[in-house]
Amino acid sequence: MSERTIIPFGPQHPVLPEPIHLDLVVEDEKVIEAIPSIGFIHRGLERLVEKKDYVDYVYVAERICGICSFIHGLTYCMAIEELMKVQVPDRAQYLRLIWSELSRIHSHLLWLGLTADSFGFESMFMQSWRLREYILDIIEETTGGRVIFGSAKIGGVRRDIPLAKMDEIMKKMRVYRKDVAALCEQFMKDQTVKHRMRGVGLLSREDAISLGAVGPMLRGSGVAQDIRMTGYSGYDRIGFTPITETAGDCYARCMVRVREMDASFQMIERCVEQMTDGPIEVKVTGNPNGEFFMRSEQPRGEAIYYAKANGTKFLSRLRVRTPTFANIPPLLTALAGCQLADVPVIVLTIDPCISCAER
Amino acid sequence: MSLMGFAKVVLKNLFTGPVTEKYPFVPKVYPQGARGSVNIELAKCIFCGICQKKCPTAAIVVTKEPKAWEIDRLRCISCNYCVEVCPKKCLALDTKYAPVTITRTTDKFSAQPVA
Amino acid sequence: MATQQIIEISPAELLEKVSAMKAQGQRLVQICCSKLPDRLEVVYSFDQDFTYVSYRLTLADTSTLVPSISKIYGNSFHYENEIHDLYGIQVQGISIDFKGNFYRTALKTPFNCAPEAEVQVPS
Repeated sequence: MSERTIIPFGPQHPVLPEPIHLDLVVEDEKVIEAIPSIGFIHRGLERLVEKKDYVDYVYVAERICGICSFIHGLTYCMAIEELMKVQVPDRAQYLRLIWSELSRIHSHLLWLGLTADSFGFESMFMQSWRLREYILDIIEETTGGRVIFGSAKIGGVRRDIPLAKMDEIMKKMRVYRKDVAALCEQFMKDQTVKHRMRGVGLLSREDAISLGAVGPMLRGSGVAQDIRMTGYSGYDRIGFTPITETAGDCYARCMVRVREMDASFQMIERCVEQMTDGPIEVKVTGNPNGEFFMRSEQPRGEAIYYAKANGTKFLSRLRVRTPTFANIPPLLTALAGCQLADVPVIVLTIDPCISCAER
Repeated sequence: MSLMGFAKVVLKNLFTGPVTEKYPFVPKVYPQGARGSVNIELAKCIFCGICQKKCPTAAIVVTKEPKAWEIDRLRCISCNYCVEVCPKKCLALDTKYAPVTITRTTDKFSAQPVA
Repeated sequence: MATQQIIEISPAELLEKVSAMKAQGQRLVQICCSKLPDRLEVVYSFDQDFTYVSYRLTLADTSTLVPSISKIYGNSFHYENEIHDLYGIQVQGISIDFKGNFYRTALKTPFNCAPEAEVQVPS
């Protein structure tokens, strides 16, 4: 029995874009236990809802996270629409779907770069961020913002994508889809990548369910759970099937994300085919009342918005449970028993977004 | 050959030009509809103050007497909300961002010359 | 949209009900607390195949002790520390208890404090 040492990991660490602190209990090079500590960047955005008009809060909701910003805003809007019994027009739902999937692609490309960077695959980092830039350009052309889309609105969307523009975008998207697929193939078939990821950070199916893992973390362990299966915002009409892998290791989680990117390209294509002209918003009047748990699938997993309204224009409570918050307990299980050098890789395979975890 | 898998990408990149733009020398082209800084057409403005009330970050201050419209560029998040609610459509978003500053100042537009 | 329901329970029944959920193979989705003018509500939500069931505890104030469910669901320590730090709910027996240091806030229990202590937001 060798001596146990505690190694602090984070809040500032070269692989971490955001502050999370882990106390790693190690025996030689082996991690026995990890104790997390967050709370460096709590912003209290949930409480702000009591001081901001429910219509204006969309802007705050979008800024909870800088990467999945659109889906945060969208989930908030959907929660309020559910409370006010607003039926969103079809075209708006399709547009929301397109933007959700675009943000998924850009988030996964960002994650792919960071993960590759975490074990020194710098050129993959550059390549995937280069492709991400093209996706950001499309987002900027259609919504006006690069990361903060600002296009979700209670009752619909703010902007429409004209037909000519849509064709132009689709032409580009088909090229990008091939580029992304080629890049992902390089990554997934790479010997070093396989070596660093296969069998590392195992999370069994049982643990994934009982520890409440969400998103690619859960699907990488073989559980077909994706909130898009509930069919919010038009997902029921384009024939959505969840992507799962059974191994439950880092490689499986990467594979889920890589395959999800391709599925997102497909979904956008099908969505554009099905779209018909129509109004993009309905006028919303009055104030919300009641309570509702709205769930949506973000690039990182399931997000929950609990809105409790009291009939005034200020909500009495808005609770945001972001996917990273739910993924930290399963991460600790995945970390137990791994090598110290694998810690950055495992931490990055949950795609941590700590700022949105703390809100 | 997984060892040489990246070679194709490397070769392709070798023979295509740089992907990045040489920014200060080649000006950036913003797409149409990009959200930049807010501009006002003062002649049309009726100083109703709706934009001030609706601004999510409280960046806009409108005064009726003397007639003036002020904006704190560093507070503005270019969300387009003021443009949407403006009854006279005198506000518009530029595709360019506001120029870089090192101090927090407000841009003041007034109808009459300030006494 | 999948169905969802909220069932009111008392703190004494909590452990029993949650154990039954665990036995069914439900996933603990979230625990949240809301502050209303006259009471505090703690909601435990579970999900299985998109059926969303929540148990709600209604507490008059923070003096009531709430038992921790971290022995049943290992991931609940996160949520329990959160409701303790933001609302001052006293949760007994959390597996990893941060003792009020989960969120490093300038103000203790920022979501449930005296109105005069709050930071004013410019409107």
